[in-house]
Amino acid sequence: MAAVSFPSTTFAPQSTKPNPKSVFPSPSNLSFSSRSCPSFPLTPLRCSPLRRAAITVACASADVSSSAKAFRGLCYVVGDNIDTDQIIPAEHLTLVPSNPSEYEKLGSFALCGLPSSYTTRFVVPDATKTEYSIIIGGANFGCGSSREHAPVALGAAGAVAVVAESYARIFFRNSVATGEVYPIEVEDRVCEECQTGDEVSVLLEEGGGRLINHRTGKEWKLKPIGDAGPVIEAGGIFAYARKTGMIPSAA
Amino acid sequence: MAASTTICPSTSFIANKNELGLSGFVTSRLPCAKRFGGVKPGRKVVAVMAPPQKAERLPATTGSVKNAMTMTEKILAKASEKPKLSPGENVWVNVDVLMTHDVCGPGSFGIFKKEFGQNAKVWDREKVVVIPDHYIFTTDERANRNVDILRDFCKEQNIKYFYDITDLSDFKANPDYKGVCHIALAQEGHCRPGEVLLGTDSHTCTAGAFGQFATGIGNTDAGFVLGAGKLLLKVPPTLRFVLDGEMPNYLLAKDLILQIIGEISVAGATYKSMEFVGSTVESLNMEERMTLCNMVVEAGGKNGVVPADSTTFEYLKDKTTKPYEPLYSDGSARFLSEYRFDISKLEPLVAKPHSPDNRALARECKDVKIDRVYIGSCTGGKAEDFLAAAKVFLASGKKVKVPTFLVPATRKVWLDLYTLPVPGSGGKTCSQIFEEAGCDPPASPGCGACLGGPKDTYARMNEAKVCVSTTNRNFPGRMGHKEGQIYLASPYTAAASALTGYVTDPREFLQ
Repeated sequence: MAAVSFPSTTFAPQSTKPNPKSVFPSPSNLSFSSRSCPSFPLTPLRCSPLRRAAITVACASADVSSSAKAFRGLCYVVGDNIDTDQIIPAEHLTLVPSNPSEYEKLGSFALCGLPSSYTTRFVVPDATKTEYSIIIGGANFGCGSSREHAPVALGAAGAVAVVAESYARIFFRNSVATGEVYPIEVEDRVCEECQTGDEVSVLLEEGGGRLINHRTGKEWKLKPIGDAGPVIEAGGIFAYARKTGMIPSAA
Repeated sequence: MAASTTICPSTSFIANKNELGLSGFVTSRLPCAKRFGGVKPGRKVVAVMAPPQKAERLPATTGSVKNAMTMTEKILAKASEKPKLSPGENVWVNVDVLMTHDVCGPGSFGIFKKEFGQNAKVWDREKVVVIPDHYIFTTDERANRNVDILRDFCKEQNIKYFYDITDLSDFKANPDYKGVCHIALAQEGHCRPGEVLLGTDSHTCTAGAFGQFATGIGNTDAGFVLGAGKLLLKVPPTLRFVLDGEMPNYLLAKDLILQIIGEISVAGATYKSMEFVGSTVESLNMEERMTLCNMVVEAGGKNGVVPADSTTFEYLKDKTTKPYEPLYSDGSARFLSEYRFDISKLEPLVAKPHSPDNRALARECKDVKIDRVYIGSCTGGKAEDFLAAAKVFLASGKKVKVPTFLVPATRKVWLDLYTLPVPGSGGKTCSQIFEEAGCDPPASPGCGACLGGPKDTYARMNEAKVCVSTTNRNFPGRMGHKEGQIYLASPYTAAASALTGYVTDPREFLQ
């Protein structure tokens, strides 16, 4: 595939997330490379140094053009209509996401609301981080509440992207606004062709991108980000508003 | 910009017209792929009608208005100071009211301060309404702390409308406390036709009943609005729901919206506006219209609207003195799809576990044994909802067979339970009828167990039980326990079920 010139896109606005203690996880799935990642215009996402590191190493794939954005890691597969109560049960909403220690705690509860038919947990008991950096879903991912705790919990746990057939609008919007996870759309029923634990790559390229399952070798086309593009490229709603003169620049 | 005052007749241009009588919906389950790793099979809903078409740019219609717009488009056009808008456009919209509560307020305020500065002031201290309601009557320290955070911010910013609570042992001891935000907004006169209301809660769409644009947003967006007073919104296309026919005496607005959600599925209205018109809608009182719009989000809808009329104006007369300008869809406005329902043919419904679109006739679930009934929430805890439940208990004269929890949405509703006479009862109040029927006494007003909450929340489902509830969602774990089974229903159906101990069609008592 020809190298794509991809503008430097900042996925998230200025950091409004506190910097938690930088405890570096070593989930066995992330392809750690001793050499640093090729020069990606990989944004200092509006996130903790922890997440930034996780994303950086997740991109250490030799296949990837240096100007595209890519993630590689283990995937966690869910079905359709995963609502916000399953992503983060309401009893945990007393945690305030803009508070550093509570942000971490939210991560530990990510997807704990899934029914017991999901025998593999997204975050194992007593852990705060997940092994799975990419979530693969079906239709209407994130339906239900407007609680921003949902994408925040996923991001705090260490997920970097969700690849789903479709999203509920508030969840999609909150994902874009917070920069916690990339909400990526795919046409196919990928959730029926991947298994939790498969190593996958998500390659974001101009006009869409690809999802690759390294276990099966199968590839799927990703849909372009659409209208959220300019907001994501600017760096989130606050950056976009400053860029377009809607609100004054930060001092 | 001159606002058209024509209520849209049936000459409006519709991309897809669909006539529906009975609930002859079709859902097909795709052949499920092999089960693996515990993933549930995907469920795809195929609606009876053709999938919505994108609104095409067609030659000018014969409508007298040059730039025909739907109600939602008009409201957003006015709020973004543009002469006209089309679905799909992203515009900066001025916000008339921003609401937040104890769960999302602290996070929103945190973001506001981080982005606009620790000493920043909100854009308008009279347009922010802060309503603690979610986790109030609990010993959970963080929950209590979150209300304190609201208070500190409101004090610092001199927020005009903060419905505070400090004495958790007795809600009546708090002069300002109201209860459930969406009902409080309406009762306190914050909902007005033609305005834009945003809230950090998905059921903010409830306010669409007043003919305004109302939708839920997250903390980051709310933090932005707090400082800027506006938000970037994408104009949604509108789905039109025409409900005609006389409302049978055993149906309520909850049955209507369950019918619709069952029809179009939980993603049927994603990114779309839902407009409710027709003779049945016109016959509904404000609280019933609120129930209708409340569950728009359960169909994925961005917002719901009901055209303002004399019922609306009457309700608002004693609640607000702020002038407002109702807006209406133009006669030649373009809708994505239109769905027509003959209400007289509908029957009481439930949404079975575990999805609001898992529609079934109540009478077909009569063998489902239940453990409890919950009557409350913004969806089913208003005065009208309790009056309806009381009607069924009165008609029966018997006692409930399962624990029946009553959680009034607001302090006003709570008072109404103890003061409003129930028609046909010889002057009895709801509370008396509930007591005679053996229901639990009405609890402190608030969101209660609708969404589970801290473990000590009243009526929370802490074990796997079967519950008939007047609330809005029944996904796994919604009311607490992951294996709990929640049947969403109208207050009539909930009361009838309480009396038999099984899911019960209210006609057993109302005919």
